[in-house]
Amino acid sequence: MSEEFTTVNGSAWRHVEVGRVILINKGDYAGKLAAIVEIIDHKRVLIDGPVSGVPRQALPLAQATLTPIVIKLPRGARTGTTAKKWAEAGVDEIWAKSAWAQKIKNREIRWGLTDFERFQVLILKKQRRYEVKKTLAKAKRSA
Amino acid sequence: MSAVTKEIGGANNGGKRVIPANKASKWYPAEDIPTPKKARKTPRPAVLRASLKPGAVLIILAGRFRGKRVVLLKALEDGTLLITGPFKVNGVPLRRVNPAYVIATSTIVPVDSVDVSKFTSAYFAQEKKSKKEGEAEFFGDEEKKQKKVISEVRITDQKAIDTALLAEIKKVPALKAYLGSSFSLSKGDKPHLMKF
Repeated sequence: MSEEFTTVNGSAWRHVEVGRVILINKGDYAGKLAAIVEIIDHKRVLIDGPVSGVPRQALPLAQATLTPIVIKLPRGARTGTTAKKWAEAGVDEIWAKSAWAQKIKNREIRWGLTDFERFQVLILKKQRRYEVKKTLAKAKRSA
Repeated sequence: MSAVTKEIGGANNGGKRVIPANKASKWYPAEDIPTPKKARKTPRPAVLRASLKPGAVLIILAGRFRGKRVVLLKALEDGTLLITGPFKVNGVPLRRVNPAYVIATSTIVPVDSVDVSKFTSAYFAQEKKSKKEGEAEFFGDEEKKQKKVISEVRITDQKAIDTALLAEIKKVPALKAYLGSSFSLSKGDKPHLMKF
């Protein structure tokens, strides 16, 4: 064997793993975050979200989306440990800052708008479009 | 059965006599005469949705002004709503509409300063046409040639309401443009889930 080493890079995929934070998208706890504490089988995981208000339960993976956040958890961690590690890793802060969470927030705001507010958004969007077009035309002319 | 006391002439007739006010018929009719049904219920005044407050901006859903956003001035005693565009903003005159065919939005234009006391359902009652006989009337040639003339009273009333209402509308930015625009659904809009 030669002395050269080959480096193998793992994929950038999000894995189903203990400590992976998931977003629940179906059922009573839809829209809430929880951490995987144990993998039950290839379709189901045991989750726990003591900080976000999700009780420890088995959840089909089809009802969850994996987030890029992973916290360090021992296998089958109990609720207290999960809460401690969750707070230590600052999951809520990381999540609140993410573009994904922002998008969900914005979508909810848009849903709650009244008819008059929707009209105001329409006007503001028009104004933005006008400004963008104007600057673009200027840039094109000078180029 | 009410009775009437009548003076009776003649010395031996006792002077007065009590007789029934309506004399009973001597015979029964050969055929049954239909008697109108007695209504034992009185119509209750219409109860409007809580969202239909005076000053609310409404979206009209039916008729020739469908899609228009208008201001609700007050509820009339006949269960209809008195609205106006205002006419100067979107061309909807002072008009009565059926509350079933409007969506109430949560936007409110203050209408306390607008005097609407003179508007009742009688105000909007149509003048009765004089019945003329003759061919010309029958074919309606005369009416067709004449354009419908809007009475002076209506025009001045509309102007008074519009000026009072516009003063309020101008206080809120974009509200005038909002009333001038019309409502429509676009792709993906679910009216039952939307907030108005």
